[in-house]
Amino acid sequence: MSTKRTAYVRPLDLKQGRIEMSHGAGGRAMAQLIGDLFAAAFDNPFLAQGNDGALLPPTSGRLVLTCDAHVVSPLFFAGGDIGCLSVHGTVNDLAMMGAQPLYLAASFILEEGFPLADLKRIVESMAHAAREAGVPIVTGDTKVVERGKGDGVFITTTGVGVVREGITLSGDLARPGDKVLLSGTLGDHGMAILSQREGLSFDAPIVSDTAALHGLVAAMLDCGADLHVLRDPTRGGLATTLNEIAQQSHVGISLMEAAIPVNPVVAAACEFLGLDPLYIANEGKLVAICAGQDAERLLAVMRAHPQGGRAAIIGAVIEDALGFVQMTTRLGGRRIVDWLTGEQLPRIC
Amino acid sequence: MKYVDEFRDGDLAKNIARKIALAANTNRTYRLMEFCGGHTHAISRYGIADLLPANVRMIHGPGCPVCVLPIGRVDQAIRLAREQGVILCTYADTMRVPASNNLTLMRAKADGADVRMIYSTQDALKIARDNPEREVVFFAIGFETTTPPTAVAIKQAAAEGLKNFSILCNHVLTPAAMHAILNVEGGVKLDGFVGPAHVSTVIGSQPYEVFASDYHKPVVIAGFEPLDVMQSILMLVRQINDGRAAVENEFTRAVTREGNRKAQSLVGEILELRETFEWRGLGTVPNSALRLRPGYAAFDAEPRFGVEYVAVPDHKACECGAILRGEKRPQECKIFGTVCTPQNPVGSCMVSSEGACAAHYTYGRFREEVQ
Repeated sequence: MSTKRTAYVRPLDLKQGRIEMSHGAGGRAMAQLIGDLFAAAFDNPFLAQGNDGALLPPTSGRLVLTCDAHVVSPLFFAGGDIGCLSVHGTVNDLAMMGAQPLYLAASFILEEGFPLADLKRIVESMAHAAREAGVPIVTGDTKVVERGKGDGVFITTTGVGVVREGITLSGDLARPGDKVLLSGTLGDHGMAILSQREGLSFDAPIVSDTAALHGLVAAMLDCGADLHVLRDPTRGGLATTLNEIAQQSHVGISLMEAAIPVNPVVAAACEFLGLDPLYIANEGKLVAICAGQDAERLLAVMRAHPQGGRAAIIGAVIEDALGFVQMTTRLGGRRIVDWLTGEQLPRIC
Repeated sequence: MKYVDEFRDGDLAKNIARKIALAANTNRTYRLMEFCGGHTHAISRYGIADLLPANVRMIHGPGCPVCVLPIGRVDQAIRLAREQGVILCTYADTMRVPASNNLTLMRAKADGADVRMIYSTQDALKIARDNPEREVVFFAIGFETTTPPTAVAIKQAAAEGLKNFSILCNHVLTPAAMHAILNVEGGVKLDGFVGPAHVSTVIGSQPYEVFASDYHKPVVIAGFEPLDVMQSILMLVRQINDGRAAVENEFTRAVTREGNRKAQSLVGEILELRETFEWRGLGTVPNSALRLRPGYAAFDAEPRFGVEYVAVPDHKACECGAILRGEKRPQECKIFGTVCTPQNPVGSCMVSSEGACAAHYTYGRFREEVQ
């Protein structure tokens, strides 16, 4: 009789199992978690190298590097989850620089006790989002913290992209006479999260707009319009993004409230909570600032793309030494659209 | 959005603006006070000032719940949270009101105090039920709009025998504040009031009749939508032109003369008048606030935890007092927009988006900076 035995390894219990401290301790348990869950889902030749880093082929052109930490609560929300969000967020940061996204790296901070079934859902959602975007997750890291020292899971993604010759986008390039374009409705992501967090339900569900925008950006760059600035209005919303641009470019911005698209159910939820959609986070929208004469052409290209169906020209860049973002209200009056102060808090009455 | 867009229509606004411009007599000024912070916010947010002739001037009133709360009241709440170890439940706006020693409820929270932001008194009750081993105190503030929900909570807590729930009661009364403003010696000259919206749904229009009969000030109760405000301004200008002083109701879709009788009787059952109460800006005003009736004294956090009210003077340079009385405009305060901003508020008027200073800073300050 042979004395040879095949070592039996109990498979990860992806139904009932939970994250244990050993999953971050560097031993067999960690290797199993990485192999069975992460590597299996993200599967690509760079990750399969199995080294501490991914060895990547040479690329010509200017590189863009960006990173983004994701700490959303709830982890699963209408329209997405922390997994796809962490891919879209970083892909979009690259796209806003005019870059073609090439590779992603992902690091996970997991809390002891976190259900493996939830982790699997998140990882598969990330893998799906990365595949859909055509950007592989080529390396990563996992740490486990004791129960109570994390909020389930935190995901940080880093992205590398390349910018082709002739494209320079920057927040300091807005010039008086430029037009401001928005790729779609405001506030969908933030209100989806908030309504779920507060247990508020509305007639129609509010669905997060989380999406990768590099396809839309590629179409916009290809049309040859004289683009100056691209930004995705995430935290702090459109108002904060435009104030950043106004400050960087030393210009003012003038908006038309009536031109800014907002989904009726989002508008209703904001109204109900005393919040302003201009300050609510988006995860699948962009703001473009381009030369005035190219605005209509750019708008047509955006509207023809699935991510820009409700795109609109919402305002113009003006001279203003004080850098105010102003808005002509639906009513016909004017107001400032100021920086967000602290966090938006619901009003009392 | 249905039932909202109709009240924000630009064409209708221009139409009313034209009527106001036609009606307003160019030989005089119209000094109108919008009592409520909700109106202040609407006026600033929609840029209503741009649609009014120069001689129709809106003066911001004191109807912003957190603005009129004196420092000493916030101090009490912070003391409860820090020293008594209670779970302090509060409406969001109150979290950032500056108190003594450079503290706010938000900073106390960051420092380890258990302060929780809630949307309704029902949330506070739930927290009390879920934490039977902890004391839970609701920081009850606001005008007549927020008072009935507090009364409901007390009634429920009493019925359930909820022993770990109490309130720090700071509910105040609108008509008392209007009296106080009209009685300030050398105070602001007013030609009429845009009357409260939500407050009036509870108390009705009848309590304002005394301002028309005894003070000869027209009052037009208005909703919080921009067209409501504009329509009420037109109604006020017409009354003033006719030399009339009456209580008129623009907000008929929600306000009656009697108000919400059920809410009134509930409040009357649980709460009673305080002989005096200190307001920020208005000082000590007789019969201007409410406290729990003796039968519900067990729910009163002040005696329960022995936290007494200690009056604290406002910051020396802060003009919140004069601004709340309508005597000064935000931009006339020395520290407006420099030391005192929504990010680092010195005075309470810079905290809530309903506060006159915060509203002007956030929505309107380009007007004087451009000039």
